[in-house]
Amino acid sequence: MNAISHRSRSALLWLPAALFLALFYFYPLGSILQASFARGQGGLLAPLGEAFGSPAIRGVVWFTFWQATLSTLLTLAFGLPGAYLLARYRFPGKSLLQALSTIPFVLPTLVVAAAFNAMLGPRGWVNLGLMELFDLAQPPVQFTYSLTAILLAHVFYNTAIVLRLVGDFWSHLDPRLSQAAQVLGASRGQTLRRITLPLIMPAIASAALLVFIFNFTSFGVILVLGGPRFATLEVEIYYQTVGLFNLPLAATLAMLQLGCTLCLTVAYTYLLRRVSRPLSLRPGAITQKRLVSWRERLFAAVYITLLLSLLVTPLVALAARSFTRLEAERGQLTQVERGFTLDFYKELGVNRRESLFYVSPATAIAVSLGYASATVLLALLLGLPASWALARHAASPISRAFDPLLMLPLGTSAVTLGLGFILALSRPPLDLRASPLLIPLAHTLVAFPFVVRSLAPALRSIRPRLGQAAAVMGAAPLQVARYIDLPLIGRAMLVAAIFAFTISLGEFGATALIARPEYPTIPLVIYRFLSQPGALNYGQALALSTILMLITAAGMLVIERFRIADVGEF
Amino acid sequence: MAYKRWIPLFLLALWLAACAPGETPALPTSTSSGPQTLTVMTHDSFAISEGVLAAFEAENNAKVQFLKAGDTGTALNKAILSKDNPLADVFYGVDNTFLSRALEEDIFEPYTSPRLGAIPDEFKLDPQSRLLPVDYGDVCLNYDQAYFAEKGIAPPSDLPDLLQPEYKGLLVVENPATSSPGLAFLLATIGTFGEQGYLDFWKELVANDVLVVNDWETAYYTEFSGSSGKGPRPIVVSYDSSPAFEVIYAASPIDEPPTAAVVSDGSCFRQVEFVGILKGVKNRPLAEKWVDFMLSEQFQGDLPLQMFVFPVSPEAKLDEAFVKHLILPEKTATVSAQEIAANRENWIKAWTEAVLR
Repeated sequence: MNAISHRSRSALLWLPAALFLALFYFYPLGSILQASFARGQGGLLAPLGEAFGSPAIRGVVWFTFWQATLSTLLTLAFGLPGAYLLARYRFPGKSLLQALSTIPFVLPTLVVAAAFNAMLGPRGWVNLGLMELFDLAQPPVQFTYSLTAILLAHVFYNTAIVLRLVGDFWSHLDPRLSQAAQVLGASRGQTLRRITLPLIMPAIASAALLVFIFNFTSFGVILVLGGPRFATLEVEIYYQTVGLFNLPLAATLAMLQLGCTLCLTVAYTYLLRRVSRPLSLRPGAITQKRLVSWRERLFAAVYITLLLSLLVTPLVALAARSFTRLEAERGQLTQVERGFTLDFYKELGVNRRESLFYVSPATAIAVSLGYASATVLLALLLGLPASWALARHAASPISRAFDPLLMLPLGTSAVTLGLGFILALSRPPLDLRASPLLIPLAHTLVAFPFVVRSLAPALRSIRPRLGQAAAVMGAAPLQVARYIDLPLIGRAMLVAAIFAFTISLGEFGATALIARPEYPTIPLVIYRFLSQPGALNYGQALALSTILMLITAAGMLVIERFRIADVGEF
Repeated sequence: MAYKRWIPLFLLALWLAACAPGETPALPTSTSSGPQTLTVMTHDSFAISEGVLAAFEAENNAKVQFLKAGDTGTALNKAILSKDNPLADVFYGVDNTFLSRALEEDIFEPYTSPRLGAIPDEFKLDPQSRLLPVDYGDVCLNYDQAYFAEKGIAPPSDLPDLLQPEYKGLLVVENPATSSPGLAFLLATIGTFGEQGYLDFWKELVANDVLVVNDWETAYYTEFSGSSGKGPRPIVVSYDSSPAFEVIYAASPIDEPPTAAVVSDGSCFRQVEFVGILKGVKNRPLAEKWVDFMLSEQFQGDLPLQMFVFPVSPEAKLDEAFVKHLILPEKTATVSAQEIAANRENWIKAWTEAVLR
């Protein structure tokens, strides 16, 4: 292959992603930044001085880094043993466990906060139990509005990223490599340190980067669970934009946040180039074994218990509450049975006030699933060629330039980008005002980096010899892609699809700004209920959250069914 | 071949994508012979009965499209940023805490609606009628009736009461920097204690263990014991309409609200919401019709049960179930829109320093 065709092929592969990002990311972002700075008198420098001159904002920057680092380390510490368990062992209920551990990803922060409070709040089970047990007057566990609450919520939300990304990659690692090391006399620890960890490093780095950026731009968790004493850059940008209408400062902070994301991804791509190496991936059927020895069983039992108690108990508590009527209220008109009820679910189907914006649960589900499917399709169509270019043409200057740019949408403030969408995409030449296309487009911006980070490590680790051998035997590049590469990355495609699906189902910040009121997604309807007083509204919010959890789990199990072909099955 | 198993996934996805509401036909434009279109930009809390809107649409041969854009502040930002290329004809939902921002940005056209005459002067905050009052709501303390009955202590009757030792650790409020009722309550304390005294009051509230959270949802559902969230604190900053809605939206029928509002003189802050015609309006006569409609008896009477607020028009009839559990404050704390505009940022900053640091 000569250099020119190589380069033009790499450019061709990047074309869809480049067009997409240019139109739906850089154009809206540029418009809002320009409009924001145009409102200030002092040009670019005055707000910069304001930002760095303020001790409060310096504090915000410091806290943003500090909590994101800590959250990421904790998520890795909690997720990696789980990734190992899911990668190396087969056990009954494994898909269900995987599906359950991904559900937190889609839940609205207010709902998660309610669930955490039911367990760890001043009147939560834990405190009530301890008070009863030790006869205490005050709740002993101070959980709410603390750094602990923020960290725990971040682990709750992001463990799925580590489990999926690392677990999937690890499951295809040839176990004979570490077996050989042990035969040659290496201890378990040495094998892990010298063989396994270096080999799975690309997946760990990808997961760590995504988790870090998610935590770095954390908004809802900080506002709701952290309380007013904590603020990240994202929170400060929202406050400067909406509360104070100081757009030049908000834009400066948004650019600062972007700059940090960019530095981080550049460092990441540099690191990745040094740690990636081609491997021969093996199908999960070969690498995984059953839990046999007592040590393995104990490890599995302890880990699964931990995972269930952190990730699943809050979900169960929520679901249980949506089926429960509490104690009788004052001034009760009718005799009411306490306990199990389906009232909240039945009420979802009733438009009691004949409101124009009433949405039946069926409509909300259809809207959410429609947007999610469109997002999966769009993100995969854009992500496949881009990942291909990253894996195959990694050295080309175009790939080197594009790689760090892919992650930028994740590091962009939702309120900034949302306003940018409205500003840029509702005027010619691209008038998409009130178009339902806006939502899958915005969701794809978030899902796209996940798709690339799921696919690229798998594609990268395909040994070039396979493709070369096929080419020698006369296969055209497309045939190589179709008969060699695609089957080899089947599993990674599923992971990518699941990420795109769940991201779209759960996205709130951008959706709230651009959704049409007649067609809200499920999280938007949940927020509508929660913003009104009354037991029936609260109950309906929880009922709809339960429905969202079920749909997410069902969706993931369905996607898993489309097994494209595991590694090595051809 | 394994590869072919992808086809059903793509088909399914295509089918689902086709089912998405995306494929609804484009709305007719005002130039066609069909109904004329009016676009109304508003905040998330806007709601209206189907029948009431249908009556307006039938009467004016119009189709009304709503654009909702986050909370009041975000929606207003959207309107300001797009003023060179207006996204809508009418904007509804600016309140008196945002009034000056909206007027300074010069995005509204004056319109003296014939219906303004029937509306009390206290609500008309813009003498040029660029923004016309539609509804109001009072931000007041709410308390859990069961808690105070059980403990045998009287609930607080005004703001200074909150400093009493028996109310230590009982109150939860919202952060004025991030929440609209939070800002309203801060303004109530400024109206009551004056610019000199409000910070001292807040410092003493902190000493009396007040809890500050960022949003109404967390305050009401997570921390307040009178809601179905069953939190630990029996006093919360909410609205004077909240107790009535606890009855209307009870899980099972009740005839007495579990909560009550404190409405003594100066305890509440009144938020008034406005509507205005945006500059660059495409169909001004229709926009005027819409503004008149929002001030009409029909829309005004529809407001309370849809949006939890009260009509500015004294002629509007209120729903029986609603009125039964409602006590309105006679005299609310007053801070003028000009004072709010001039001091909003400083007050919030000073409050943050005094209360959160």
